[in-house]
Amino acid sequence: MDSRAILAEIPRLRRYARAMLGNRTAADDLVQDTLERAWVRLSQWRSGSDLRAWLFSIMHNLRIDQLRRPTVSTQSIDEDDFEAPTRATQNDALEVKDIETALGELPDEQREVLLLVALEEMSYAEIAETLSVPVGTVMSRLSRGRERLRRIMDGQPLAARLKVVR
Amino acid sequence: MSHLPISEDELQAYVDSALPEARRGEVADYLAAHPEESERVRSYQAQKQALRALFNPVLDEPLPEKLCVLSSPPVAKASSPKSGFLARWSLERIAASVLIGAISGLAGWLAHGQYTPERMARLTPLSYQAAVAHAVFSPDVRRPVEVSAEHEDQLVAWLSKRMGTPVRPPKLGALGYELIGGRLLPGNVGPVAQFMYGDASGQRLTLFLSTENVSNQETAFRFAQEGKVNVFYWIDGTFGYALSASIDKDELARVATAVYDQIERK
Repeated sequence: MDSRAILAEIPRLRRYARAMLGNRTAADDLVQDTLERAWVRLSQWRSGSDLRAWLFSIMHNLRIDQLRRPTVSTQSIDEDDFEAPTRATQNDALEVKDIETALGELPDEQREVLLLVALEEMSYAEIAETLSVPVGTVMSRLSRGRERLRRIMDGQPLAARLKVVR
Repeated sequence: MSHLPISEDELQAYVDSALPEARRGEVADYLAAHPEESERVRSYQAQKQALRALFNPVLDEPLPEKLCVLSSPPVAKASSPKSGFLARWSLERIAASVLIGAISGLAGWLAHGQYTPERMARLTPLSYQAAVAHAVFSPDVRRPVEVSAEHEDQLVAWLSKRMGTPVRPPKLGALGYELIGGRLLPGNVGPVAQFMYGDASGQRLTLFLSTENVSNQETAFRFAQEGKVNVFYWIDGTFGYALSASIDKDELARVATAVYDQIERK
């Protein structure tokens, strides 16, 4: 595994983790855990296969592990925490803020798919492989997630289009 | 010409420009005739744009040092001259800081009676405890362990009893490391166990097991370098594990993975 290839993936892993967790410190910790696990499991990576998909699936699995066992979260205090926000502010209309809040209210599994589609621009098949679920599951999570996000942002009741899932 | 009905999946694929050209036109026609669906699709497209606008700036942020470091292969990192910073954390210093930590913890306890396990555990993290225990016992040629591997059954029974939970040394013979034996050690607030292994060349490796302050947590593998001792440590269920040796990080990672796998399989 090539250092430069890994280095090139880190910003994308950070962006996705930030969007998933909504918290800079927690997101960077998750990326750190992901990279550490990747080095430990290096032997499981088939050279020539998609490095990004492999790293994203490691991150996904780590996150599942974390969710399964509620951990005592620790916040490390370093200078990063005192940095001024660096994201672009020109679009800081209510709309953008609203989507961040609304995104946080989505179930994890729906948020995951939405973000892999919107940010990573992965194909549905790639997402299915990354998350180890059938493509049909990806599609239903995408559909339900998008509709739910729309309703949260519009302030509409959620029940309307949500059906009981078998 | 008859058009197939438009499925929900196809509407989603339309949002993501993932439909074949011909079908795309048909969906567009359908949307033109169904304003409510058209509005829904527009709203989904706007969501995508908004998510990108919100999170793309993360791509341009400078990378934190702790992540940059992890882009390098661990072997190169271990042998690189840049490890000078870590080398400065000699074992003497660690031992001193552990001692200072223990004294100040004890002083706090005596002064205020506010003793808590969490507080002590924070003073001497698992990786430090393990590295110091490794540095103290592994060079001992004649008495490296309290109970030797010849009496493995006794060792297991004794440590399990003292730790209050079943404890068993993993088998690492396939990786060239044979069990030498084990011992009981004082941890932050109670007993911890250490198993020692050796290979044909005399290289020693210790596995440190603690049940302190680890309930209901799980962490990924973490790596620490304490002087010449490399440590991989992780928490799984009721145990904190730390594997220490003066071998390179890659080799140690292989052993750590084997230990982890054996524990998982139980």
